Amino acid sequence: MTSKPALIVIREKDNVATATRDISAGELLSFAIVGWQATLTARQDIRFLHKVALRDIAPGERVYKYGAVIGEATRPIAAGEHVHVHNIRSLWGRAKS
Amino acid sequence: MQLTGYRRPDGRVGFRNHVLVLPTVACANGVVSAIIRKAPEAVMLPMDSGCGMLKEDQVVFAKTLTNLAGNPNVAAVLCVGLGCEAFKPDQARAAIERFGKPVKSITMHNAGGYAATVENGVTLVRELLAASSKLRREPVDVSDLVLGLNCGASDPASGLTANQALGAAVDLLVDAGGSAIIGETTECVGAEEEMAANAATPELARRIIDTVHRFEGHVKMYGADLSTGEPNQGNMEAGLSTLEEKSLGCIRKIGSRPIVDVIEYADIPTKKGPMLMDSPSYDAPSVTGIVAGGAQVVVFTTGLGTPFGMSIVPVIKVMSNTPAFKRMEDTADINAGAILDGEETIQDTGKRIFQLALEVANGRSTKAEDLGENQCQIWRTTLTL
Repeated sequence: MTSKPALIVIREKDNVATATRDISAGELLSFAIVGWQATLTARQDIRFLHKVALRDIAPGERVYKYGAVIGEATRPIAAGEHVHVHNIRSLWGRAKS
Repeated sequence: MQLTGYRRPDGRVGFRNHVLVLPTVACANGVVSAIIRKAPEAVMLPMDSGCGMLKEDQVVFAKTLTNLAGNPNVAAVLCVGLGCEAFKPDQARAAIERFGKPVKSITMHNAGGYAATVENGVTLVRELLAASSKLRREPVDVSDLVLGLNCGASDPASGLTANQALGAAVDLLVDAGGSAIIGETTECVGAEEEMAANAATPELARRIIDTVHRFEGHVKMYGADLSTGEPNQGNMEAGLSTLEEKSLGCIRKIGSRPIVDVIEYADIPTKKGPMLMDSPSYDAPSVTGIVAGGAQVVVFTTGLGTPFGMSIVPVIKVMSNTPAFKRMEDTADINAGAILDGEETIQDTGKRIFQLALEVANGRSTKAEDLGENQCQIWRTTLTL
């Protein structure tokens, strides 16, 4: 299976993608978003089903997956970085309370 | 594909033609099983309750039992009970008669004991089987199909592959005029705003939010919180970062078309399109409510795999990843892991699910049907007395 893409991007609006396999730091990754092709270099090892930033994300900026907000960045995230609990947090409940 | 089904007296369409032997209380499960052993063409649904309930649960129990028997996959019904339960066989029969299908009842306390109940039951079931075997499939429309949606034994790939592909299948069904019922209110916590944004009207959007908050409030009565510890440690290790991310993955099943209604547990929809039913996330009570609502085919997405099935409804199992599919292939019908493997797009898998749902409606059996899997549990929200 040579054509297997390393990343899945769900919606155009998304600024993170999901790894379809374990990715090693320094790997050049190509991905497709509705009609256009782009490449990205992984800055860290990214495990299967973990997320990687497609663009630079500023602290406080919304993080989008499924075209919907899954949280906000708690620190600067560079394109190609692993995106997880160390650099994003849930926004759920914050607006309500 | 031309769909064919059994047009029932109430106008709904069945895609199976089962004679259902229905215990009205757990005390009748044994005698019902004995009847089925002697009349194996009929099916049963096991009951885990029927007695020792507060009024609130009695009302839900009676409605759900009635509407399960009303499911259009059921041609005829025999209610079998003990005689001292909350919703007695004669009461169940009277309630089920509104659907216009043949329905009989037996009460063990009046029938002359266990053996006599079995003997009478077998005689009645054979009559019902003879009558129902004369019914024939006729051409029906895709808009007659109500698909039930559920997930269980999920993993982080579920949201990405199986649930999204199911959402794509639901879009195809809804565009053809069909309906889909998604349950599992608890799984919407954290994604209720996103789901509400997809509601057909502002009033429905409010009801979606209210339904989710009502469930949260109920859980808080017991000092628990649905969002605490979510996503859990295992979810996080597997890559899920926030509650929103987990819940968004779950609600992908409903697809992208406007949600046309929010209905109570086990209620029969009056509209066509995608709908939310207030139900728990535990598989058996959730699917039981959806099937009572009239879903004739259920699509069940799973990451780890589950044998889940229910006698009166074909359950199509969609798995989220290839390694788990290979481990549990004898329980699963479709591998959505092909999306992760780069072999299919979400749309491709969605089309396959939709196509299989139509074939299953037309009579192709699912793995759960072949295995004879049969779970049923009517949701209870208060105490057992």
